Amino acid sequence: MIVLFGIFLLTLLVITALAIVRNDSLYAAVILNGIFSLLMAASFFLLDAADVALTEAAIGAGISTVLFLGALALTGELEKSPTKHRLLGTAVVAIPTLLIIFAFFDIPQFGASDAPVHQHVGPWYIEKTPEFIDIPNAVTAVLGSFRGYDTLGEVFVVFTAGIGVLFLLSARPLARRNEPFVARDPHKGLRHYLVPRVVGRFLIPFIFLFGLYVQFHGEYGPGGGFQAGAIVAASLILYSLLEGERRCLVVIPSGALRWLVAGGALLYGGVGVVGMLLGGNFLDYNVLASDPVKGQQMGIILIELGVGLTVTGVLLSVYHAFAGRGKL
Amino acid sequence: MTTIAHHLPALQVIVPMLTAPLVMLLKPAGLARAAAIAASLFAFAIAIAMTMGVLDGHIYTYRMGSWPAPYGIELAVDRFSVLVLLIVTGASSFALLAGQRSVDADISHDRQPLFYSAWLLALAGLSGIPVSADAFNIFVFMEISSLASYVLIAGGSNRRALPAVFKYLIMGTIGATFYLIGIGLIYLMTGTLNLEDMAQRISGVEDVNPIIVAAGFVTVGLALKAAIFPLHVWLPNAYTYAPNTVTVFLAACGTKVSIYLLLRFDLAVFQGNLVEHAFHFAAFLMPLAVLGILVGSTVAMFEKDIKRLLAYSSIAQIGYILLGASLVTIAGLTASTLHIFNHALAKGTLFLAVACLATQCTGYRLSQLGGAAKKMPWTAGALVVSGFSLIGIPGTAGFISKWYLISAAYEQGSLGIALIVVLVISSLMAVVYIWRIVESIYFGEPTSDLSSVREAPIAMLVLTWAAALLNIYFGLVPELPVSLSSSAADILLGPTP
Repeated sequence: MIVLFGIFLLTLLVITALAIVRNDSLYAAVILNGIFSLLMAASFFLLDAADVALTEAAIGAGISTVLFLGALALTGELEKSPTKHRLLGTAVVAIPTLLIIFAFFDIPQFGASDAPVHQHVGPWYIEKTPEFIDIPNAVTAVLGSFRGYDTLGEVFVVFTAGIGVLFLLSARPLARRNEPFVARDPHKGLRHYLVPRVVGRFLIPFIFLFGLYVQFHGEYGPGGGFQAGAIVAASLILYSLLEGERRCLVVIPSGALRWLVAGGALLYGGVGVVGMLLGGNFLDYNVLASDPVKGQQMGIILIELGVGLTVTGVLLSVYHAFAGRGKL
Repeated sequence: MTTIAHHLPALQVIVPMLTAPLVMLLKPAGLARAAAIAASLFAFAIAIAMTMGVLDGHIYTYRMGSWPAPYGIELAVDRFSVLVLLIVTGASSFALLAGQRSVDADISHDRQPLFYSAWLLALAGLSGIPVSADAFNIFVFMEISSLASYVLIAGGSNRRALPAVFKYLIMGTIGATFYLIGIGLIYLMTGTLNLEDMAQRISGVEDVNPIIVAAGFVTVGLALKAAIFPLHVWLPNAYTYAPNTVTVFLAACGTKVSIYLLLRFDLAVFQGNLVEHAFHFAAFLMPLAVLGILVGSTVAMFEKDIKRLLAYSSIAQIGYILLGASLVTIAGLTASTLHIFNHALAKGTLFLAVACLATQCTGYRLSQLGGAAKKMPWTAGALVVSGFSLIGIPGTAGFISKWYLISAAYEQGSLGIALIVVLVISSLMAVVYIWRIVESIYFGEPTSDLSSVREAPIAMLVLTWAAALLNIYFGLVPELPVSLSSSAADILLGPTP
């Protein structure tokens, strides 16, 4: 049954991908892209990768669709006529594709217990998580502690992206800097559309609450800072779409957003440094409390909070940077 | 266990990385700049301290979060890593110290904290790669350094930087994705991400499709990021339109880190396991290296814009580095890693001198620089010294690595003789393009009024000359880079050559 469902999803995925490539309307392509991400998320879920599925759904189908639409509002809706090097492009794409297909002839069967990935570090994580960290979700243990340095790096990838967007979009020609926005009235948003407003207002607190749940439930089930940050940011972006950007900036002013962006990354790094000062290595949570297991749990909760803050801050900043820009 | 020396590999990365969010919050641009310089100098000091440590025979390893190696992430710093770390942190410090005028010209004060924050992230990303011993962790830091580099390059006042950076972004992302596909396939067959563990566990599965395809993806992906001919097309415009300070930093170390990783991955992980790897490695890289040397030098000879001329020269110089590596001998790899160091020194100094010229001249075309040497004798002098080093005149650092390269090629019999011919021809071509710069700044007719032109700010001159003197110092006393690079060659090829 699951195999059948998987084939069904993958077929839809291929159809959607082809439709995205063949489409001239960028607006349609963006919406199809959202559908693509949802199908991906469903496929990940079928493969028991619930954490990845949650991220893909929140980021791929949710936030990036909004950002793409924001970018489209500033540019055009139609794709420019195809470039001359189409044949060359097809060849360049075809070669790696064929190579990957070739590579996959020899891989271990899906789910085989004697596959190398289930023989080496995997069993260690599953065996040691209860002993060292004592939380049910081994994925969170790997991401937060065993490979916490990677996760710190990923937070800084998000941070860098935020810095980049803020830096590049703040470069306006001097003459235009003081002009008021003409693209749309920032006070209004969608306020005169009654139905979306009522439904949206009803949904926002629940989305927000769900974000907090995902944030703090990461130790027990799928979830964590990245997904929670995206969900919380989504609820605030929805508020901004309904009530206008200005009102959203009253809730979290852009100065506070900067502190959110930097603060989360610093909180994560700070936990690592405190570990160093207390006599452990960088990101060693054992030394945070007298009981190493308690220390691990405390460390993971703190760094997940840092992740959530930075992700929320960056996504909101990126959204505001696009929304605050007049039509080019 | 908790002495500061023990933490050095971690501090190398986290000092610039954690300073970045602080710098972003600092309001006056001067404060942000001071903090960025402090962090960069601190990182430079750490790199020097670790260099002294490895020269004493110490090998730094560090367990992140105190977890043991294949399960947690391990950092490892040996003599090859410190060679790259010295270049990265040194280039960043020189460029930042010299760059105030250049940054002020390109970026308004309210945006400078963000710029310096992105700079520190690029520094952290580029230092994070050589210290790490974990394939996926390296990918994470590659992402940080790439994203930050795109931001820095696009930061200039020249609008043409944007299409240039977009091309770089697309190609850089493809390169990083190829690398990720490669390590994904290796993980599938070995179940590990730790490089040393990977090298051991690959044996036994070394002849299956996924591993062979992975070797291809990793090599091509990193070749893209390292701007190896013909995958170099993103580089000339990116270097040309970036703010001058950024060009100094990235031209000195941006592609070098990718070359470091390419050598480390292919030689330390694949070389011992894959059948006939040395032959395939050489067959892939040697023709590209020779073509890159010849094409890069030829284009540089006819280029009219000084920054783009030097960028094409970089493509030729990357060819030298690869040529040495493609011999897959101790002598070849010594020459190759030595040239990583010496080219960074020469090209960094050249771009520093260009940044000095840019404070006074109207544009970057050679004709617009006409007669600048009369008003800016010190800048012109530094340009000539570093130009000599690039050509490989005896007495400069560039000569040492060319000499090692020629002796390494000479060991190869008749093929070596052909390679030496290529080296000699391309050195003559370098004479031509460096001469064109010298000719225009010393003997060219001024195209605009030069009466208001004066020497570059003293801080910039001091640093440019310090870098130029380093070119001479390492040409006369090359023990440090030579001992590091010959150990690097031993590390890469293992105990038995």
